[in-house]
Amino acid sequence: MTRASRPRLPHPRVELRLAGSGGQGLILAGLILAEAAGVYDGREVAMVQSYGPEARGGASKAEIILSDEPIDYPLCANVDLFLAMNQEASDSYCWDLKPGAWIVVDKDLVNHPPSSRAVSLAFTTVAHEKLGKRMVANIVALGAISAMTGLVSKRALEKALLSHVPPGTADINRRALALGIKLGGAQAGKPPSAEDEEYDEESD
Amino acid sequence: MTVPSTQTVVYEWLRHDKKFPHVWCPGCGLGILLGALVRALAASGLTKDQVALVSGIGCAGRLPVYVDVGSIHTTHGRALTFATGIKLSKPELTVVVVMGDGDAMAIGGNHLIHAARRNLDLVAVVVNNRTFGMTGGQFSPTTPMGAKTTTALYGHIEPEFDIAAVCATAGAALVARSTVYHVDRLERLLLQALQKKGFSVVEVMSPCYTNFGRQNLMASHVVMMKQLKEQGIPVERWQKMSEIERRGSFPLGVLVDRDLPGYLDSYREVCKTAAKLRSEGKI
Amino acid sequence: MIKRQARLLQGNEAIVHGALAAGCNFFAGYPITPSSEIMELMSRELPVRGDVFIQMEDEIASLGACIGAGLAGRKAMTATSGPGFSLMQENFGYACMAETPVVVVNVMRAGPSTGMPTNVAQGDVQQARWGTHGDHPCIALCPSTVAECYELTVVAFNHAERFRTPVVLLSDEMVAHTREKVVLPHPEDVEVIDRRRPTVPPDWYVPYKTDGSLIPRLADLGEGYRYHVTGLTHDERGFPTRRLDEVQQFYTRLFAKISRQFHYLENVKDYYLDDCELLIIAYGCSARSARAAVRLGRERGLKVGLLQLLSLWPFPRRPVSEALNGKIAVLVPELNLGQLRREVLRVNDGRTAVIGLNKLDGTMITPEEILTRLRVIK
Repeated sequence: MTRASRPRLPHPRVELRLAGSGGQGLILAGLILAEAAGVYDGREVAMVQSYGPEARGGASKAEIILSDEPIDYPLCANVDLFLAMNQEASDSYCWDLKPGAWIVVDKDLVNHPPSSRAVSLAFTTVAHEKLGKRMVANIVALGAISAMTGLVSKRALEKALLSHVPPGTADINRRALALGIKLGGAQAGKPPSAEDEEYDEESD
Repeated sequence: MTVPSTQTVVYEWLRHDKKFPHVWCPGCGLGILLGALVRALAASGLTKDQVALVSGIGCAGRLPVYVDVGSIHTTHGRALTFATGIKLSKPELTVVVVMGDGDAMAIGGNHLIHAARRNLDLVAVVVNNRTFGMTGGQFSPTTPMGAKTTTALYGHIEPEFDIAAVCATAGAALVARSTVYHVDRLERLLLQALQKKGFSVVEVMSPCYTNFGRQNLMASHVVMMKQLKEQGIPVERWQKMSEIERRGSFPLGVLVDRDLPGYLDSYREVCKTAAKLRSEGKI
Repeated sequence: MIKRQARLLQGNEAIVHGALAAGCNFFAGYPITPSSEIMELMSRELPVRGDVFIQMEDEIASLGACIGAGLAGRKAMTATSGPGFSLMQENFGYACMAETPVVVVNVMRAGPSTGMPTNVAQGDVQQARWGTHGDHPCIALCPSTVAECYELTVVAFNHAERFRTPVVLLSDEMVAHTREKVVLPHPEDVEVIDRRRPTVPPDWYVPYKTDGSLIPRLADLGEGYRYHVTGLTHDERGFPTRRLDEVQQFYTRLFAKISRQFHYLENVKDYYLDDCELLIIAYGCSARSARAAVRLGRERGLKVGLLQLLSLWPFPRRPVSEALNGKIAVLVPELNLGQLRREVLRVNDGRTAVIGLNKLDGTMITPEEILTRLRVIK
């Protein structure tokens, strides 16, 4: 993707934090987002993830910095987007949010969001009811935050998604992403684009 | 087996620019091993360029420097690790590793059992004089119980390792034992080890009069040699002996000889698989 | 495998790509957090090329195997972290003594002992210099980004080959696991230096005899050059010696071969140094925090600049000394209790205030922590 056609960043340095419990797939979601922005949208990106025992069991998070300049400090200090997929993560990692930051939480797993501005979306329930798999809630959430913020292009996201999901699960993951984009697009107050409306499950 | 005259072999295989006499004490068995080793190398048909001789630290560690081959005197106990790197890098080289009992079984015990398990094509010669000779006669993992050493003044209280048995259990392809008294047998076993595919171990019982014999009231190195002569029983005879008869002696000869998949062959297969998977775009 | 396109890589992965581009064809290692990704990726890539990967029984054996391979003509590497690096010190000294090219990657984690295996630290800076016993020369490099992991690994191999010496690449847990977008160069665009091999016939080869470079030529074992290698002090022929003249000559050359090339080994980057009043000297992950602090400080009107050290040993005295001139104060942020600050103090020699910012809690120094300290200093 050319520089001109990729989404503009609202600040020179945008910080994203995706948090949940080990096993919810937040690190994979972060990886897909980072690859989409870095490799396919062609901007600078740095990602740091939980490492060690907590990545498997306890609270787990991925932090991603997006910028058009080389990135110095690779950790979040002033978070622009915070996604929390459970209460523990929501409580633990909400202390360094930028005023006015996007805050997105899973409606069913986070009863007390860190702010009244938080957008609650039922990622897990939707994944379960519409796709029959709770496991893809991370991808639904990824689609939603991308659509809400417009930080990564949809095409880049799809490419990155397909290069990371296990064989045989491309279809369900694509549907999960589309579902998320629809959810998030609605929340952003923007109607989902025609392309999203007509998302074709049989496309390839 | 035709044995070339010792003089010819010595002239051919030992270094001419290395200062002799060697570092070993009078009565030491290492000189006998050195002779047997170069005769076995000569008899194996290898040229000097086809051999690398690796050693650790200790009296046995000083052996390679006298031999006119690629010789590497490494760190204490680690000779087998260096040899592993050399053999994997240059599989066509015959790599012989000379270690003492402390070197191979104490500080290097972990490397010895893993080398035996891995079954890389190396020849390990473990010279067992039952003591740390170079450092002054402290007890080693093969010092017999009750013996006096400079660190067991009141008698040694630990049981000893049977090096050959450890290697056999760990998976070596060939395990053999001789003494420096039974020098013909030693030479034959070394040759057999050189020709064996896989990890071969030759344990060589050797006297240390200076630092072991004297502390244990043995009259001279000749007495120690006589002891080796009496203690070493050919394995064929040993097998027919009773527990009581075996006491105080040990079997000589080939103790284990088995064909096992070698590491190098297996690794070549790994490379083929990896290259195939890459060409198919699967990795 | 390496295409000239953007990729998202971890520092550990970039080290493998750098090593392969530099010609690494032998890896021996032992699993240890946080370096294991290096070994895992090597175990995938080296067999594809028909080169050697082996997992050894411990770190001692890993470096031993690498030295053996180095003598047999391979470009060998091992990777580890603090506890393993401690185990390697014995054979590290051997590699110095026997002048064997080998690259040792140490991905630093919080120590001593088991410490915090998954947390970042920079506590092995002085160990890299002085870890093995006896006086010895040392080259150590320290990346702070994924791109630098790649570049410095290539440099590490080139230094090892050129100087016939072990080279330490001091990465850290943060650099190791940060994923960044990088564009790797074509392997053909990478400068690769190989050891000088003898050109004389085997009969004339004197293994440790040198020309003006003070760096002897190294013959591959098994190529007809039969020579002796030992960890004992040795003469030109490689035979053990304790003769005063030979021993002195040996030690002098061992140090001089590196010390006379200090300028070639110096590797630093500067950032807003020209007009700065407050200087930060940093390396590894802390250099990233320092860079951010300079950016933020400049936005707030603070005249602050950064000298990032990519080569730690030999200590880049000249650029550090030049940078110290005329500064109000120098801040050295590092994830230890001042291991590099000691060196800066030595070079500083009373000229300016050298202040440490030290942290041992297993987390990175933040840019704000640096700024706060700078404001206090000012």
